[in-house]
Amino acid sequence: MSTEVISQIDVDRTRGDFHYPEQHTFDAGTGLSHATVDYISDVKNEPAWIREFRHKALDVFLSKPMPTNWASQDLENIVFENIRYYLANSQRPTRSWDEVPDDVKRTFERLGIPEQERKFLAGVEAQFDSEAVYSNMKKALGDEGVIFVGSTEGLKEHPEIFKKWFGKVIPTGDNKFSALNSAVFSGGSFIYVPPGVKLKHPLQAYFRINAENFGQFERTLIIADEGSEVMYMEGCTAPKFETATLHSAVVELVALKGAKIQYVTVQNWSANVFNLVTKRAIAHEEAEVRWIDCNIGSRLTMKYPGVVLKGRKARGEVISIALANNGQHQDTGAKMIHAADETTSNVISKSISIGKGRSTYRGQVHIPKHLKGCKNNTECDALLINSTSRTDTYPAITVRGSGNSVQHEASVSQVSADQIFYMQQRGLTEAQAMSLSVNGFVNDLVREFPMEYSVELKRLIDLEMEGSVG
Amino acid sequence: MSLVIQNLHARVVGGQEILRGLNLEIEKGRVHAIMGPNGSGKSTLSKIIAGHPDYEVTSGEVLLDGTNILPLSPDARARAGLFLAFQYPVEIPGVSNANFIRAARQARLAEGEELDAVDYYGELYKEMDSLEIPRSFTARSVNEGFSGGEKKRNEVLQMAMLQPSYAILDETDSGLDIDALKIVAAGVNAQRSSNVGMLVITHYQRLLDYITPDVVHVLVGGRIVRTAGPELAHELESKGYDWIREDLAESASA
Ligand SMILES: Nc1ncnc2c1ncn2[C@@H]1O[C@H](COP(=O)(O)OP(=O)(O)O)[C@@H](O)[C@H]1O
Ligand SMILES: [Mg+2]
Repeated sequence: MSTEVISQIDVDRTRGDFHYPEQHTFDAGTGLSHATVDYISDVKNEPAWIREFRHKALDVFLSKPMPTNWASQDLENIVFENIRYYLANSQRPTRSWDEVPDDVKRTFERLGIPEQERKFLAGVEAQFDSEAVYSNMKKALGDEGVIFVGSTEGLKEHPEIFKKWFGKVIPTGDNKFSALNSAVFSGGSFIYVPPGVKLKHPLQAYFRINAENFGQFERTLIIADEGSEVMYMEGCTAPKFETATLHSAVVELVALKGAKIQYVTVQNWSANVFNLVTKRAIAHEEAEVRWIDCNIGSRLTMKYPGVVLKGRKARGEVISIALANNGQHQDTGAKMIHAADETTSNVISKSISIGKGRSTYRGQVHIPKHLKGCKNNTECDALLINSTSRTDTYPAITVRGSGNSVQHEASVSQVSADQIFYMQQRGLTEAQAMSLSVNGFVNDLVREFPMEYSVELKRLIDLEMEGSVG
Repeated sequence: MSLVIQNLHARVVGGQEILRGLNLEIEKGRVHAIMGPNGSGKSTLSKIIAGHPDYEVTSGEVLLDGTNILPLSPDARARAGLFLAFQYPVEIPGVSNANFIRAARQARLAEGEELDAVDYYGELYKEMDSLEIPRSFTARSVNEGFSGGEKKRNEVLQMAMLQPSYAILDETDSGLDIDALKIVAAGVNAQRSSNVGMLVITHYQRLLDYITPDVVHVLVGGRIVRTAGPELAHELESKGYDWIREDLAESASA
């Protein structure tokens, strides 16, 4: 780091572990049935096609088995009947923080969102339980034709764009949890960037769970039209409850010819959240999609961002950091589906397992025989902090055809006692030494995050390491 | 004011005894040298003083300005003013030298106190210049891919930046060519003062031509067996360690 970096502003966000008493005007009750779906559709006053889409999705969800044949048995512990599927006070986000109810506003202030918005964001959406309470974008972007609204507003106000792509990148039946999301989705972002428009500053969404026994099911759809560029960042937190909370999002990205989308996630869920998210992008000719993903916290995260490289020379990238502490399982990875000539993909994944934490990498790279000039590079490195920590790697690489190339590297390393002793001899406590080692391990990836997020990331890693020693 | 090692017995945790009743006093302002054959326990002594978890002290004390530091964690000992220049410095991938030394400096400040970055870099560059370390070094990961000589220079740089009251230098000469040795020795000599006591560990007398010790000790079999002035180093150089061993055997049988 240079001196310039040191003088940077320190985004001090207190940890997400606090919550205010709940009060909800709209509550779909506990458990999931067709009546739940109707309730959600009613309060949102949705068009018939969406109601029908939801009901069909619920049937798919109910008919699909849990993916426990290959995934974690812990999924069996989700009790769908005990979860509340929709909690909100209003279906309309305000455009001004002043109009956000006090306790909700205080929540986001503690998380530093309004401050960040003033400093470096082009637009912010703040979701509290099922609905966004605040949504705003710099006026100039609206004038250029950029759309940044919630999913409900998107499907109602911009059906011509919305309908064309919604559910096309990730079909309802992709997996049990994409079906669940399709049945009860609420909130999330709908973004459209017109041809040639390049956003200089990121758009950000913040997903906050405040209620217990609750499921958050946001749905995000981003369409970057030809030659446009956008960076979207999402942050998420929830307080610690005794009972399990479910977060199951579906995120679809469409990068049309020559467009660039960067999707940055810094997730810091509390340790009781099941985080089961489906994220996929379609990259058309010469388009570029980058998923930059950091998974900290949660009880179980299953997330494998993917890119379908549909057009010639499309590029896809997944850069991910996962940190699994005691009682946590980060099951993450990437999917790169090459479907055109000269497409390239790059996957770099680093995981850290602390205590009895467990991290799993699952990669899928698919290059069919008829394609030419495709390239994939996959690197996955795991760092184990304690002898009880665990990591597994499951790369599935199917590459056919002679004109294509893949490169795969994997490593597992451990923080050595001598390394810690050396740092302690210089005056750092054991926890500080651990933190520094871990930060060093992910350092090259942290640089891929926007500055404001990398500072936050470092702080989160420090916090996780504090509890990991003596 | 001194670092006192009193009748120190120590062993590898659950294993062989390495130090067998070692006595030593390093006064502030003085430079002591320890010489000894390979495997005599020199590095182990330095690591035990610094608190390495591989070893356990079975009896004896280590007093830093009168306080027994043996109950303290390695980092607390370091912050109390103890510094060890390692014989084999450890690599820390992804952590830049500048950040590492900065973190070590920050660790010495009171809670809530922040290091002044401008002052810090000013000082760092000055010390790097005197050790002839190029600026590009600040961004490189700690000891990663360093040559033996670069690692040793880095140890001396850290010592200069951390200003210990007692410094142990374990074979800081090994792996250095003569030019590098001169630079490193000059760096160490520049830090000699009435505020610091030094213990220079070396296998060869060569280093002591450049860092002249006040006292020379010989360590054999986990004990100090001889203590004299700098001339002892020369005697050892010409006669070899066998001379000491024979001498010891004679006096034992007498
Ligand atoms: N952690 C350890 N485990 C087992 N044996 C050790 C350990 N550390 C040191 N020893 C043994 O103790 C003796 C002294 O080693 P060391 O202090 O490194 O010697 P020197 O630095 O004088 O060459 C050697 O026989 C060495 O093998
Ligand atoms: Mg040694």
